[in-house]
Amino acid sequence: MISVENLSKSFTLHNQGGTVIPVMAGASLHVGPGECVGLVGQSGAGKSTLMRMIQGNYLAGAGSIRIAGTELVGAEPRAVTRLRRETLGHVSQFLRVLPRVPAVDVVAEPLRALGTPEAEARARAECLLWRLNIPRRLWSLSPTTFSGGEQQRVNIARGFVHPFPCLLLDEPTASLDALNREVVLTLIEEAKARGAAILGIFHDAPARDRVCDRLVDVTACTPGRAA
Amino acid sequence: MSDYNFAYLDEQTKRMIRRAILKALAIPGYQVPFASREMPMPYGWGTGGVQLTAACLTPDDCLKVIDQGADDTTNAVSIRKFFQRTAGVAVTQATREATLIQTRHRIPETPLTEDQVLVYQVPIPEPLRFLEPRETETRKMHELEEYGLMHVKLYEDIARHGQIATSYAYPVKVEGRYVMDPSPIPKFDNPKLSDCPAIQLFGAGREQRIYALPPYTQVVSLDFDDYPFEASKPDHDCDLCGASDSYLDEVITDDRGGRMFVCSDTDFCAGRVRAGHAGRLAGRNKGAAA
Amino acid sequence: MSAPILSVRGLERRYGARIGCTGIGFDLWPGEVLGIVGESGSGKSTLLSCLAGHQRPEAGRVTYDGRDVLAMAETERRRLARTEWAYVHQHARDGLRMGVSAGANVGERLMATGARHYGRLRAQAIDWLDRVEIDQTRIDDRPTAFSGGMQQRLQIARNLVTGPRLVFMDEPTGGLDVSVQARLLDLLRGLVRDMGLSVIIVTHDLAVVRLLADRLMVMKSGRVVEQGLTDQVLDDPQHAYTQLLVSSVLQV
Repeated sequence: MISVENLSKSFTLHNQGGTVIPVMAGASLHVGPGECVGLVGQSGAGKSTLMRMIQGNYLAGAGSIRIAGTELVGAEPRAVTRLRRETLGHVSQFLRVLPRVPAVDVVAEPLRALGTPEAEARARAECLLWRLNIPRRLWSLSPTTFSGGEQQRVNIARGFVHPFPCLLLDEPTASLDALNREVVLTLIEEAKARGAAILGIFHDAPARDRVCDRLVDVTACTPGRAA
Repeated sequence: MSDYNFAYLDEQTKRMIRRAILKALAIPGYQVPFASREMPMPYGWGTGGVQLTAACLTPDDCLKVIDQGADDTTNAVSIRKFFQRTAGVAVTQATREATLIQTRHRIPETPLTEDQVLVYQVPIPEPLRFLEPRETETRKMHELEEYGLMHVKLYEDIARHGQIATSYAYPVKVEGRYVMDPSPIPKFDNPKLSDCPAIQLFGAGREQRIYALPPYTQVVSLDFDDYPFEASKPDHDCDLCGASDSYLDEVITDDRGGRMFVCSDTDFCAGRVRAGHAGRLAGRNKGAAA
Repeated sequence: MSAPILSVRGLERRYGARIGCTGIGFDLWPGEVLGIVGESGSGKSTLLSCLAGHQRPEAGRVTYDGRDVLAMAETERRRLARTEWAYVHQHARDGLRMGVSAGANVGERLMATGARHYGRLRAQAIDWLDRVEIDQTRIDDRPTAFSGGMQQRLQIARNLVTGPRLVFMDEPTGGLDVSVQARLLDLLRGLVRDMGLSVIIVTHDLAVVRLLADRLMVMKSGRVVEQGLTDQVLDDPQHAYTQLLVSSVLQV
């Protein structure tokens, strides 16, 4: 489902003397349906960079990224947009939304983008907000005013509201209490059970041990470190 | 008479105006530019109408001139005299006898015939000017039939007054194509524009435009489905002749609130009185009707 | 999604020897929002007015829905401009009729396309004033009595009332309160989604394009220096100028 072959990437800082910083070389990994793979490695080793490339947020330098059969490297922006809308879910650490849009609409948006009728999309969004213990009185408020943990859970709800075949999770359990951490881990297990391919970064070791089937250490493909 | 060309204008000018008239008749409602001449009267006194009349008159014609329906007001009298002197044509006050009628702000009540030409004096020929002052833009709008703006004007009327308050110069659409200003006739007269057997010519001297309605042209007053056009008039009968279907002028008769309503078409009113019709004040005001 | 709604190839507009924009080519797909960013004088507004038919380019092709826009008769282009297209000006005064009421401003496009029922026009005007957060009691006021922000919101209502397919926007949020910007961006996102609206939005506000645009074109000196997915261009800019632009944004 998620297949990365010989991926490399460097940043060129044009405004700082054209400095070229290689950040990844020869990265390869594969995540199959129903599988959860965790990315590990020291801070700065390139876990987030790799995730961002797979999400299409960073441009790959060379190599191949295939998501459910679609090649991402060199793809038209439109193809990436469609992939993100239909196939590739993403839970980031940061919530970036329009101020004043109610939480329930923020969560329902991925479904609305797929053409789900408003009532049904909202119902499914409310179901997830309820499972993630977001108090009902907050549903109609903008998440920009929420606490860090609440924002994180809104983000998670957004990522799980549509049964994406592929999921990227960046620290999904960070800043969550034990109760909500359990809900999120259950959501991940459910997604695996329905056959989703999941790639994640978990600093929370017990959580990682519980949901991940395999770990991939990105240090091996960090230029200047592996060698 | 011999000191002037027939009907004042030289033949070249009349040729130019007749060409414009033919073009205007060929494209009903379209404003044809023409080289308006200096006339021996100020702009706003009907120089456009006078040039049309001059270009149309033949020695056999019988001319009637009205101003707001009346044959005996200054403007009507002076134009009538002008053509008596420069063309020597017969003149009349009777609508039925006239072959050419020059008018300011009215259409006669007596139905017109195929043998007649009605010439209107027009102050502002452009119906879109109220909302779009740029002439280049209004011409483009006519060309492309972009007439949404006309309804914006009517919308504003209803929003402001609860009804379409435009009571004169009420815009019309000609043969489903050009939107036209019918000159400042009361909207009561608008239905008479349509399917009229006579030729109707409109002349704006200062603005140098001629437009026309050939006989039996379909002319529709613009409106909204839920605010349909109504040809309204004061809710009275004529106090002199008793007519209930003619357009009325309100006349203040004293300084104690006394007033009367009389037909604005003096020929029509006098004709009814002669035929024995009588209104509310007929006995007391016989002098006024004569 | 089978064909682009707007296709541009080799577009060039010159002002004498000076280049307005040149070598512009892109496809806009139905339901897509394309952001064009760049500093003042980069040619982004010139490009937009060429696309919308306000200026005639010297070279290039613009195809809308399979039709050659530059070869189109003016009648047809203006008909498009008041039905399937909309243009939101930077200055509301350029896009509004200042002499008539707010309601008439909203209703004009409807009346221009044949709406002849006063009651329904009024109901639609009220609905749209509400959507752009203008109190419906202001429906009979003229835009001259409105604040700059309200004028801009009225302009947007006036443009979107006919449910156009392609919307051109020139710095639409420039004069608005931050809170109103957000509401409008949200409204536009909803319309894009529900009506399959396609949008080309010119702005220098990177926050606006991040929230609204699927795709981004970065312009400098009349040329496109970089284009791609909005978040990719902003987070991983490749061109020196884009890197400078992104790094120059003040963080709140």
